[in-house]
Amino acid sequence: MRWGEIIRRLVLIPPTLFGVAVIVFVLLRVVPGDPIAMMIPPGATPADITRLRAFYGLDQPILQQFVTWFGQVLNGDFGRSISVHQGVFELVLARLPATLELALLALLIAVGLGLIAALIGIHLRGRRMEWLVDIGIGVLLAVPDFLWALILLLLLGVLIPLLPISGRIDPQLDISFHSNFYLVESLLTGRFDVADALLHHMILPALALALPFAALVARILKTSLAEAEDQDYAQIARARGFSRPEILLREVFPNALIPTVALGGVQATLLLGGTVLVERIFSYEGIGNMAIDAVINRDFPLIQGLVLTFAVLFIALNLAVDLVVTLLDPRLRHG
Amino acid sequence: MTPALFIQGLRVTIGAGTSAANVLRGVSLELQPGEVRGLVGESGAGKSMLGRAVLGLLPANAAIAAGRIAFEGRDLLAMREPERRSLLGRRIALIPQDPMTSLNPVKRIGAQVAILLRHHLASSRRAALQRAAELLAEVAIREPERVLGLYPHEISGGMRQRVLIAMAFACDPSLVIADEPTTALDVTVQRQVLQLVERLRQRHGAAVLFVTHDLGVVAKICRTMTVLHAGRVLEEGETAHVLARPGHPYTRALLAATPRADRPAEALRPVPPSLIENLWSEAHQFDRLAAAGPA
Repeated sequence: MRWGEIIRRLVLIPPTLFGVAVIVFVLLRVVPGDPIAMMIPPGATPADITRLRAFYGLDQPILQQFVTWFGQVLNGDFGRSISVHQGVFELVLARLPATLELALLALLIAVGLGLIAALIGIHLRGRRMEWLVDIGIGVLLAVPDFLWALILLLLLGVLIPLLPISGRIDPQLDISFHSNFYLVESLLTGRFDVADALLHHMILPALALALPFAALVARILKTSLAEAEDQDYAQIARARGFSRPEILLREVFPNALIPTVALGGVQATLLLGGTVLVERIFSYEGIGNMAIDAVINRDFPLIQGLVLTFAVLFIALNLAVDLVVTLLDPRLRHG
Repeated sequence: MTPALFIQGLRVTIGAGTSAANVLRGVSLELQPGEVRGLVGESGAGKSMLGRAVLGLLPANAAIAAGRIAFEGRDLLAMREPERRSLLGRRIALIPQDPMTSLNPVKRIGAQVAILLRHHLASSRRAALQRAAELLAEVAIREPERVLGLYPHEISGGMRQRVLIAMAFACDPSLVIADEPTTALDVTVQRQVLQLVERLRQRHGAAVLFVTHDLGVVAKICRTMTVLHAGRVLEEGETAHVLARPGHPYTRALLAATPRADRPAEALRPVPPSLIENLWSEAHQFDRLAAAGPA
């Protein structure tokens, strides 16, 4: 990607986010159910309800509401949560690191597992055992992440209670952190016992997110490796006296990596979206879990803030993928 | 003198069981050190298959059913894998057919040339790059140091073929298999590449098996030639002799089909391989068949 292309992409971000904001804002208000209905105590009079609606500005026309809200957003004020009575920005910022750490761990596990599966698959290429790898990948791919969450929870949390099944860290532990990146912070400050406790809590949700994505990575990488191995330059390397492992590593892998990052990277948005349900299942305190609460409470400002946050993450991910692909493929650098 | 390449009774089949097809049916061929041999024949005659068999590059569904391939007296087929690998790329080299697909698109030219030298000659990284620049200069690439830093897509097809030729001769081979190296190039570049191969061959004293369907190329640079048809050797000998007085009617037909400036080319009369098999011993009958014109 050339600089012009990068700038073009950056320029496109604000209109994209604006579009997302409009859609979410309008949809929330068109769909039946509003936050007031969720918060009024039994026996509230219609007058109370009207007063509350006016207090939150929900009695105004949607366009008017949007202009007010968007004006605040432009000034960095994302409003206050109706159900939690705190600033949306602060709430999201406090929970975002938990989700980012979980997603990153899941991504690492997925790439690791996918890499191993793809390498075993390509090693067995053309032999009868190759079948097994393909079937394994197919099974992992067929079961969605939230189902894996339930399976893992029952298997390793209940039947064989090896791992904790809820939360980010034991509530009894009294540990203070300077940031909300608990895992990163504990690793950087050398508190490995804390990191270990955190990882124990993260491993099941991370695995649930990682398994389908690992299968996806494995399938794309294995196909790309096979394709690249059949290319002339790889065949000719054999005639130059290089062994198959040498050729796979040096000639084939760098080429197979390009489609794998391009396709797999975009699919990583699925993994990010998967955090919503998986965090809920494991009571993990990230923004995905928060999003479900926000929806249940019809907490309009919080939902809007969370959706925008996910939108920013998706855009950033796509941009990062394109940049990495450009780094991997010299043919793209010159346009 | 031990021949550089000695092939005896080579049979290669593709597929298995009843659907197996013979692509080479008992080919024998001897290449003396320093000899340049043209291997000609129409598409499907098995000429590329022969080169691939020597290099161990047969497709997965092909197998050597019988025969012997010896390089400088050493049996390539009986050899253990590491020993064979130490010969390939160093003593036996390949100039591939298509320069557009034969270089790794994501690696710099320098890295691709250098890895060969490091692999076979155990050169240091710096020495390998320095030698790579010399090799590129040897194939008449200007500013070799700059080209080392470029990716394949940044240079022309002719340049890429020069790089591939430089790589073939990098480790001083004594046998080079040139698999239609000029087919994918345009005519002016073709001539330069041929001159280059000829010059490098003389300098390095390598024997060259020049696989081609272009009799003009053979006439220009090959002292001897072998005519292959349907997996069999039909005729071989001194190029001048074969071209002047082709002994086999198929060679005559091949010659007649070569486009020339002074007369229109005749279409190559297709001859079913099964007929050739029966007729090989009955050349006269084949003669009559060929004379009868296209069926």
